[in-house]
Amino acid sequence: MVADMVKTIEKIAKAARLNLSEQELQKFTADMEDVLKAFDTLKKVDAPQEASYQPVDIKDVMRKDELEQCLPQEEALSNTKNKENGFFKGPKVIDK
Amino acid sequence: MGVVEFLQSLKNGNIDHKDFSAKFNEELKKLRKFEFFQHEEGMHGQGLPVSIKDNICVRGMETTAGSRILEGYMPVFDATVVERVKKIGSVIGKTNQDEFGFGTFSTNSGWGIPKNPLDPERSCGGSSGGAAGLTAALKMPHIALGQSTGGSISCPAAFCEVVGLTPTYGLVSRHGLIDYANSMDKIGPIGKSVQDVAWMLSIIAGHDAKDSTSLAVTAKDYTKTRSIKGMKLAMPKEYFVNVDKGVEKDVRAAIKKLEALGATCEEVSLPNTQNALYAYYIIAACEASTNLARYCGMRYGAEQEIKGDFNEYFSAVRTKGFGEEAKRRIILGTFARMAGYREAYYHKAMRVRTLVINEFKSIFSKYDAIVAPTMPIRAPKFSEIKKRTPLENYQMDILTVPANLAGIPMISVPCGQFTGLHIIGGHLQEEKIVSIAAAHEEGK
Repeated sequence: MVADMVKTIEKIAKAARLNLSEQELQKFTADMEDVLKAFDTLKKVDAPQEASYQPVDIKDVMRKDELEQCLPQEEALSNTKNKENGFFKGPKVIDK
Repeated sequence: MGVVEFLQSLKNGNIDHKDFSAKFNEELKKLRKFEFFQHEEGMHGQGLPVSIKDNICVRGMETTAGSRILEGYMPVFDATVVERVKKIGSVIGKTNQDEFGFGTFSTNSGWGIPKNPLDPERSCGGSSGGAAGLTAALKMPHIALGQSTGGSISCPAAFCEVVGLTPTYGLVSRHGLIDYANSMDKIGPIGKSVQDVAWMLSIIAGHDAKDSTSLAVTAKDYTKTRSIKGMKLAMPKEYFVNVDKGVEKDVRAAIKKLEALGATCEEVSLPNTQNALYAYYIIAACEASTNLARYCGMRYGAEQEIKGDFNEYFSAVRTKGFGEEAKRRIILGTFARMAGYREAYYHKAMRVRTLVINEFKSIFSKYDAIVAPTMPIRAPKFSEIKKRTPLENYQMDILTVPANLAGIPMISVPCGQFTGLHIIGGHLQEEKIVSIAAAHEEGK
């Protein structure tokens, strides 16, 4: 079990860029404890070492290295209000 | 009238297209109170009316996957399945669903809750609830494209008493599908009859270079069914535990009917059924939490006035845009992938998945298909759903999740009130399960 679930969830929420209200924090903590208690039964399952990351065998496929038509700039920018001079505009990353 | 017959009549001029479209749009208007649509477009083009689940991209049509965080998103391209659908019909709108597919009852949508047309106090099921509800309510030719990660086609099909076909993972292209859990997402048809869904699968199946997980197979004519005489069916005993008594009775009666038609049925055991449910929820939450990392209020979808640094801005947009279940799964998935827990949860779940796949393989080496109830309950009332905890809701998926985890095909056909008979086959055995479903439907 996780020693301090409230703290763990606060840390996860920060990493996942979610601001949780105190009420949400309490609710998600209780839900996580409930769910993890059930999931912990998997620890006792004797499973093969081989993990199935896909349900069927999938081989890497390479496409031909050919020039294709790309999205016109106007269309690429058509879904945002935050744009300037043909670029996407985003929040500040570093302070000057 | 089946869709094949409808398209033939249209071609022969026995149905006037303008007339049909007008009537169809009138009918759609009457159904608005059920909230089947996230966005209703109506029938404006040619051919067969097809509705598309809201998580599949349609060029120029708002596509939100049931989430407020994608409000206003207008794809600049068509999903491969939509490209294929447009060759035989017209897109009439985007059907309502649980946000990103996170739910069993379509109660987690950002855009209202679809009501079961057979009883509006009950759920349509989820997550393709709008798709199944609309299919059940419409009295005119139509097919819905739904999508399943852990049972989101079968469940609503059963609850709305229509037919839902979930193909083998990779048989239908996922290009243009808004990802929930990449290793399990599958697009499939929901329709009024087995023939309708089988026909639609023939249209949308087949390799697509734009999806790297697409299988190197060509589509077949899945409407060509064969006799089920001599087929061997398996009835997992674990799939009849904790099942509503009435549902069990209906399903056992349906299986008896298949036996009367010449199939044989034996009880088998799938001992990892409960483990499969937990492995599924861990894997699904892990994959979902990485997929949802891309929604940050930039480039498309919900935006805010740009304020603060990028962490503050992204957090503000995500906090407002995601619903409660999405937040819960982000937290669960991020936790299960965290250093210190990854081995015990994420990797262990992937190893349990190997176990589950092997268990199914062993069954299909001896049997043609598995038959079971689709859902352990009949379509529940909204008042009952509210009382359940998240874990109790997850438990409702126990009969659909193992097969979805293994990427094998399944079809749900109505076999009683708000309930379905589930027929599950081995990889790429769509023709077999369609044949069994057709035998059940036709009684021959």
